[in-house]
Amino acid sequence: MVIDKEKIIHVSKLARISLDKKKSEALAKDLSSIFKFIEQLNELNTDKIEPLSSILNEPLRSRQDLISDGKIRDKVLKNSPKKNEEFFVVPKVIE
Amino acid sequence: MVGMSKDKFDYFIKGDKDNYEVIIGLEVHAQVLSKSKLFSGSSTKFGGEPNKQVSLIDSAFPGMLPVINEECVKQAVRTGLGLNAKINNYSVFDRKNYFYADLPQGYQISQYKNPIVGEGKVLLDMPYGSKQIGIERLHLEQDAGKSIHDLDPSNTYVDLNRSGIALMEIVSKPDLRSPDEVNAYIKKLRSIMRYLGTCDGNMQEGSLRADVNVSVRKIGDKKFGTRCEIKNVNSIKFMQMAIEYEAARQVELLESGKQIDQETRLFDTKKNETRSMRSKEDAHDYRYFPDPDLLPLKLEPSLVDDLKKSLPELPDKKKERFIKDYGLNIYEANVLVSEKEISNYYEEVAKISDKKLTATWMMGDLFAMLNEKNLNISESPISAKDFAELIQSIKSGEISGRIAKEVFEIMVESGDNPKKIIESKGMKQQSDPKELEKLINEILKKDKGKVDQYKAGKEKLFGFFVGQVMKASGGKANPQLTNEILKKFLKK
Repeated sequence: MVIDKEKIIHVSKLARISLDKKKSEALAKDLSSIFKFIEQLNELNTDKIEPLSSILNEPLRSRQDLISDGKIRDKVLKNSPKKNEEFFVVPKVIE
Repeated sequence: MVGMSKDKFDYFIKGDKDNYEVIIGLEVHAQVLSKSKLFSGSSTKFGGEPNKQVSLIDSAFPGMLPVINEECVKQAVRTGLGLNAKINNYSVFDRKNYFYADLPQGYQISQYKNPIVGEGKVLLDMPYGSKQIGIERLHLEQDAGKSIHDLDPSNTYVDLNRSGIALMEIVSKPDLRSPDEVNAYIKKLRSIMRYLGTCDGNMQEGSLRADVNVSVRKIGDKKFGTRCEIKNVNSIKFMQMAIEYEAARQVELLESGKQIDQETRLFDTKKNETRSMRSKEDAHDYRYFPDPDLLPLKLEPSLVDDLKKSLPELPDKKKERFIKDYGLNIYEANVLVSEKEISNYYEEVAKISDKKLTATWMMGDLFAMLNEKNLNISESPISAKDFAELIQSIKSGEISGRIAKEVFEIMVESGDNPKKIIESKGMKQQSDPKELEKLINEILKKDKGKVDQYKAGKEKLFGFFVGQVMKASGGKANPQLTNEILKKFLKK
């Protein structure tokens, strides 16, 4: 798969990463060669193999339904760029 | 547009050239009833102080790992079983990536390719017959936080108390054809989940909301038209209004030769219109991938079996039983099973009093009173036991139906037991023939002129005599006995 500049711009926009033109071109080149390398896997026939979501063959660990967390507002709000006593404060977003 | 008739399905949109059928599919978001969140131990309680039910996981601090709440998994399975759906013993959590201020992770943990519940079905009772609506899937996902726009003119405030609470997204097949069917579908889903105890169905608090997919096609066409998705509608009435507006808009576009763009739209409840959410265009590229923080969810078949065995009797089954055991008609049974609390109240009363009379009085006077006072049945000022006594007093002839209404009023006001009210106010029906004969004799003596007229053939006067007896007895004369005695005396 060839990753062109347009694809890089699209993905960087979705990921909110700003890239200049030069950087986009370099990334397109690098990613294309990485994908080319990975695509060697396509040479294998995987028709009868289920997709693997995890390489760990263990059950998902779960917990009981108990309230054991929360009530740490100061901690939670501490690192936000803008806040008041109760809320995170962000630029106005309105649909 | 043509409204619905009672016995036949006839909802369609009338264009200038053609008539159009409306195709609707719903994605219902139902908040799971659990104490703590899907992947963290913070409380799910509604209405708490802002950001006090937030853990470092819910606020997406780096390095925090999600651990799944086993009760949320069970609730999803119970709901799946209640929807007659296939339970998938293998399901996977994926990340759905998008940016929004109330989504601290930058992705929502959801299930994409492998949901926990597969296809199922829900039965609707429509005036024109029973209709089956297909369920496509049900999956578990995290709720987002809440953005508050009206506390500050230039900023938005974010409260993460809701962030990470478990939701079940229930996706229907495009089987719904009218706003009335949508109404019936949401109510049925809500009823099933409330019976199961898996979602409280409280739409005011946002526990149940839906994205509505609408398209139109000419009646007779096989191919679906292009659909639009109306996001996040939180009341049945708004869903119905949004569908009517959106379907009419699409018909207008088609008839003027224009195309419908597949897009996400927003329903403006103040203007009663839908409009495009262009800002979300890019947002459809969610780049789903399996969440590396979570292993696939595997259910033991024995767990599913155990949950199946412990399910309560659901509304469809209960309705059948009410019809069969209590001799109710379909309409009565439907109303009385709509809420678990209502059906419990009914059964408690009907177990010790007349079954049919109980249904009539519940659906009449009791519901009217609760409606007027804006109470639900569990807040009823009349207990099931007292209500049963009232019904029995009517059935046994101790009081008449008319007096019963008075007793009912007093019960509501005072909370007193009906027996006590009837006795202390002397409201017992006068059913002693000797007493009644004496009373009627006096009345007839007083109105000798009218008696003569009656005997001369003016039989209409019979009603007048009944009225006099009722008046003299304060409404307590047994109506049947009164009729008999009057007939006997007037023959002489």
